[in-house]
Amino acid sequence: MSERKAVGVETIGMTMRFGGFTALDAVSVKVPAGSFHALLGENGAGKSTLVKCMMGFYHPTSGDMLVDGREVKIASPKDASALGLGMVYQHFTLVPSLTGAENLVISREKVPGIIDWRKERGDLGVFMERMPFKLPLDVKVAELAAGEKQKLEIIKQLYLGRSFLVLDEPTSVLTPGEAQEVLGLVRDMTKAGDLTVLMISHKFHEVTAFADDVSVLRKGKLTGTGRVADLDHKAMAAMMIGDQPIAALDSRAAPKPDAEIVLKVKSLKAPDRTGLKSIRIEDLGVRSGEIVGIAGISGNGQKEFLEVLAGQRPRDAGEVLVRGSAYAATRAEARALHVRLIPEEPLKNACAPKMTVAENISFRTFDIDGNGRPISWISAGAIRAFSARLVEQFKVKTASLSSPIASLSGGNVQRAVLARELTGEVDLLIVSNPCFGLDFSAVAEIRARIMKARNAGAAVLLMSEDLDELLELSDRIFVMSDGALVYETPIAQASVQTIGEHMAGHH
Amino acid sequence: MPALFGARGYPPALEWIARRAEAFVIPLVALIVGMALFSLFILAVGKSPILLYETMWRGGFGSWFSVQNSLSRAAPLLLAALCVALPARLGLVVIGGEGAIVLGGVGAAAIGVALSGAPSFVVILAMGVAGMAAGGIWIGAVGALRHYRAVNETISSLLMAYIAIALMNQLVEGPLRDPASLNKPSTQPLADIYRIGNIPGMDVHWGLVVGVVACILSWVLIEKTRWGFAARIAGGNVRAAQVQGLAVGPLIVGFTALAGGFAGLAGMLEVAAVQGSANASLAAGYGYTGILVAFLARHNPLAIIPVAILLGGIDASGGLIQRRLDLPDATVLVLQGMIFIVILFSETFYGRFKAFNPDLWKRPDLARGAA
Repeated sequence: MSERKAVGVETIGMTMRFGGFTALDAVSVKVPAGSFHALLGENGAGKSTLVKCMMGFYHPTSGDMLVDGREVKIASPKDASALGLGMVYQHFTLVPSLTGAENLVISREKVPGIIDWRKERGDLGVFMERMPFKLPLDVKVAELAAGEKQKLEIIKQLYLGRSFLVLDEPTSVLTPGEAQEVLGLVRDMTKAGDLTVLMISHKFHEVTAFADDVSVLRKGKLTGTGRVADLDHKAMAAMMIGDQPIAALDSRAAPKPDAEIVLKVKSLKAPDRTGLKSIRIEDLGVRSGEIVGIAGISGNGQKEFLEVLAGQRPRDAGEVLVRGSAYAATRAEARALHVRLIPEEPLKNACAPKMTVAENISFRTFDIDGNGRPISWISAGAIRAFSARLVEQFKVKTASLSSPIASLSGGNVQRAVLARELTGEVDLLIVSNPCFGLDFSAVAEIRARIMKARNAGAAVLLMSEDLDELLELSDRIFVMSDGALVYETPIAQASVQTIGEHMAGHH
Repeated sequence: MPALFGARGYPPALEWIARRAEAFVIPLVALIVGMALFSLFILAVGKSPILLYETMWRGGFGSWFSVQNSLSRAAPLLLAALCVALPARLGLVVIGGEGAIVLGGVGAAAIGVALSGAPSFVVILAMGVAGMAAGGIWIGAVGALRHYRAVNETISSLLMAYIAIALMNQLVEGPLRDPASLNKPSTQPLADIYRIGNIPGMDVHWGLVVGVVACILSWVLIEKTRWGFAARIAGGNVRAAQVQGLAVGPLIVGFTALAGGFAGLAGMLEVAAVQGSANASLAAGYGYTGILVAFLARHNPLAIIPVAILLGGIDASGGLIQRRLDLPDATVLVLQGMIFIVILFSETFYGRFKAFNPDLWKRPDLARGAA
């Protein structure tokens, strides 16, 4: 809790090898005291490896670390902490059932056996006086909004006396408004010289708006660094992805406002995961040849809605109709009505990780023959031939068809799942966060595939926490907040501002 | 295509062998480590491990007599192991096969006595069906509780095994008791024509053949049919199975019921081929040894066959060890326990060795990058 001024951190020739794989290749990054530095790069570019080396989680194969110009040896996270280096993770690390004050006190390295809460509260009051933002510390963390939790995570680091913070994609769980606010506050602290920040990010607009400098990694190498003011998005993107080709989005076929309504949801009511509240979808229709996007902050009922549509969650009331007939997501119904589903985190929700690539690709078709008739005996040859064709068609990079699908990279798992779900006739496609955590080229390709399915006449329901993705793909956007669809806008009139406000529940 | 397949320059057969060798080598090493640890235990009680293993070999496989003894003990182990292995492919850990064995035996004995007078093949068939039904309902209920009411199947199957044993005691001491059985309450003895005899030329009853056939059929079911494929999806990731619209509930209940049916059949064989009536000897621990067999076999029904024979041999040598080394015959249970602990520990080694993963042999650019 000592008053500490911002420290500067520098890595020199940081190299990290895992066996024969070089995750980090002689990376030198300089973050001067009181600066806001952005670290850009695709998944697997080495960003997390770099910060883990800085924080003492990994021991680099070679390379040095300087803190305030002096060479230091960081053997463990404890050493990093002693030097005032701290990290805020992408996902919250607070204990939800405890209050903010309790979270802060138990996070200290030395907590007395018996805690004098009166004294602690007094100390915390004094500490919070000096903080640039206010937070209710006597409320359980579970009751805080995402933005407040993220602020509490940052406060926790400051409370622990850290003055150099790594922020790992700090805004991925925040609304655009919350993101602006949190990053703005952090920005002010760096300007005041109280804090140095190294922010891992995917979002160019955040980097441009808040960072002083940027370093870009690709395949473990530093591919560029400079003042943010001197670089535009295009230049940064070029540093990130190099010269690999990016799939172009299919041009959007003209929407047909009177096309058949394929998916119809009426007065749906289902319990949410706490069992205390319910989600309610009054009326939602998705027409053939359109993409309907559902925006919302994670945890507002999107998952539950998807689970109802996938047949994983019972509903209390209401109807789900596909082309006019009741739909309960059985295999027979999905097959007859050509319904396909791509849940988020495909390895966790749509694959059996230890089964082979070939088997996973055959999940939709293993029990029918070429003419769609049910069969009892599995044909390993047919499964192999079928999946070999799809692997080639969808450019799934795999060492072999017999590799367990868990051995593939995230982008290739998603390609395999897309291959499975988009092959054959598709009348209704339900997708959730299809590009979460994927790299540039995979994202572009997957969005292009979804657009292509739409143009071919599929009705697409797209749930996403990535507003940019929704704005790029959707024909209409709904906002889901607190279990209900609270706002609808055609894409032509969509404004990030208004959508963001509805996401935050300000209306 | 050539950019993707066969690019590593190794013959496909070698890759095929490498991928499968893992499930063979790791349990084998675990078995050897378990036996080494057991040697320390034997040294600690002042005996010679070398003499012990020599005696164990002689008692289990050293002579035609001991081989037949081992095979006889392997017969119920085959079926008891299937009761663990089939649910395991669906991701369930069922350890209560003992209960299904006991009830299968009682059910078979009751039917055998009730149908007394009918042609022998009818009675034996009816006894088999009754045994399978009793065991199937018992373990099927465990599966149903698991799927529809989210009751942990490991706990419920274990507790239901105790209930089953209590139920058997109640029945053989009460309504089904043969008044002539004085010291050891039993059901009425089966007439000789309703007993299952030995395989010609061997002192091993037909149960061994039944067990081997059950293992082969189970393997075919899992590897070659759509239901087995669906079960493997559900066992690999139940959420993925639901997204595919597979009927996970019926799959779980069906597989657990079949698993329990096999254990029940083991009980029926114990009655019809060994005991001649149902009594407390049915709870001889085959259900528990079957857990070890299934885990050693990595829940592969074909691998269960040799493993069950091996464990049958260890079981069979207990008596000789007692006489030769002056150790209690429960000594072999200590060995089994040690092997089991090492087997469970060895689970953490899967996927760790490059030799078993052809994907890592070359072209690291295609393998998943760390970072």
